Amino acid sequence: MKIFQQSFKFLALVLFVVLPTSIFANDTKKEGGQVDTKEEVEAYILHHIQDSHDFSLFSYTNDAGERKHVGFPLPVILWTSEGLVTFMSSEFHHNDDGSVIVEKDGLKFAKIHSKIYELDKDASEVKFDEDHHATNGHKVLDFSITKSAFGILIIGLLMLFWFSKLARQYKKKQIPTGFGRVLEPLVLYVRDEIARPNIGEKHYRRFTGYLLTVFFFIWVLNLAGLTPLGFNVTGQLAVTACLAIFTLVIYTASGNKDYWMHILWMPGVPVLIRPVLAVIELAGALLIKPFSLLVRLFANISAGHIVVMSLIAIMFTLKDSLGVVGATGLSFVLSFFITLIEVLVAFLQAYIFTMLSALFIGMAVAEHEHH
Amino acid sequence: MYNLIGAGLIVIGAGIGLGQIGGKAMEGIARQPEATGKIQTAMIIIAALLEGLAFGALFLGK
Repeated sequence: MKIFQQSFKFLALVLFVVLPTSIFANDTKKEGGQVDTKEEVEAYILHHIQDSHDFSLFSYTNDAGERKHVGFPLPVILWTSEGLVTFMSSEFHHNDDGSVIVEKDGLKFAKIHSKIYELDKDASEVKFDEDHHATNGHKVLDFSITKSAFGILIIGLLMLFWFSKLARQYKKKQIPTGFGRVLEPLVLYVRDEIARPNIGEKHYRRFTGYLLTVFFFIWVLNLAGLTPLGFNVTGQLAVTACLAIFTLVIYTASGNKDYWMHILWMPGVPVLIRPVLAVIELAGALLIKPFSLLVRLFANISAGHIVVMSLIAIMFTLKDSLGVVGATGLSFVLSFFITLIEVLVAFLQAYIFTMLSALFIGMAVAEHEHH
Repeated sequence: MYNLIGAGLIVIGAGIGLGQIGGKAMEGIARQPEATGKIQTAMIIIAALLEGLAFGALFLGK
């Protein structure tokens, strides 16, 4: 109760302090003609969070005023109204607002906000309605090797290399050498601390492979996201949703009779409550569990990337008030420590995803004693 | 505007919750140091569930 009272007081204080400032914040206006650093930073961060069709490392404006991009193009693979069309993403020339139109196999394509549209045959430019949706084109099925897909492929190959090497080493002797010595304790940790206690001695072997794969996949991709390459794979909803669906399918398919019994017709409670509980349990098992898995990973990694990039951007946004050295120093110190915390978060999120997957699978295969 | 206030409320609520979890876990560990491992695991699971809820709310309210 005491905590409640105190937190309400605290809440009132916070509202009192925050309300006026955010109203003031809405009033700030751009000075005519100048580029708003804040807006540019925001656009840059949003661009980084999204998936993109080409792999760009950095870009700069040279002395002649040209925008130079450093990176390499990735293949664009589209399933259009006339079948498969492929070309390299460099043909869009890093354009993202639809003003560059690529003609291929008699079809016209434009890229608007990282989405590729197929334009009508007679279109010469993209027309927008007032909500900024293209009116003379439609979206196509996009199977492109985007930056995230490229990251997944690279990390997948890397993991295949590491673990097949580790497996081969066990044929010759008991102790692995080289990088395998880093991987072995982690593998044992996932097996003995996550899979075995949560799933149970009898069934854990069946699921250890999946748990290990998902653990290392998330962990290595999280760490890759902290390198300057700028991957944000585990911060893509599509990727985390896919991982959550894997877990959902596995625990739903391996659920035993008791599991379904406890969901659909809970024993030990009054009969009238059983249908109500069945609705809640079904929603929990089929929607809420995978949803919490996918949102947690997505939001944690995206939030981490946004925080790191915002702290790096301090050197531009606070340059006027702190001076170049002050702003850069502050930005360096803050982003350095946040990056260290992100290294921890990268492991923790992989651990939590694996742990909860193991827990859900354990619930599905648990054997109850009948009295 | 309102969604910003809502986001703030979510974060405050999650903060109170996480504080409770962490504090109670510390207390538990201090009372029974031999149960540290079990308490830590349970603490992380509950913190993760709470965090999932908070992020879900933030995500839906965005």
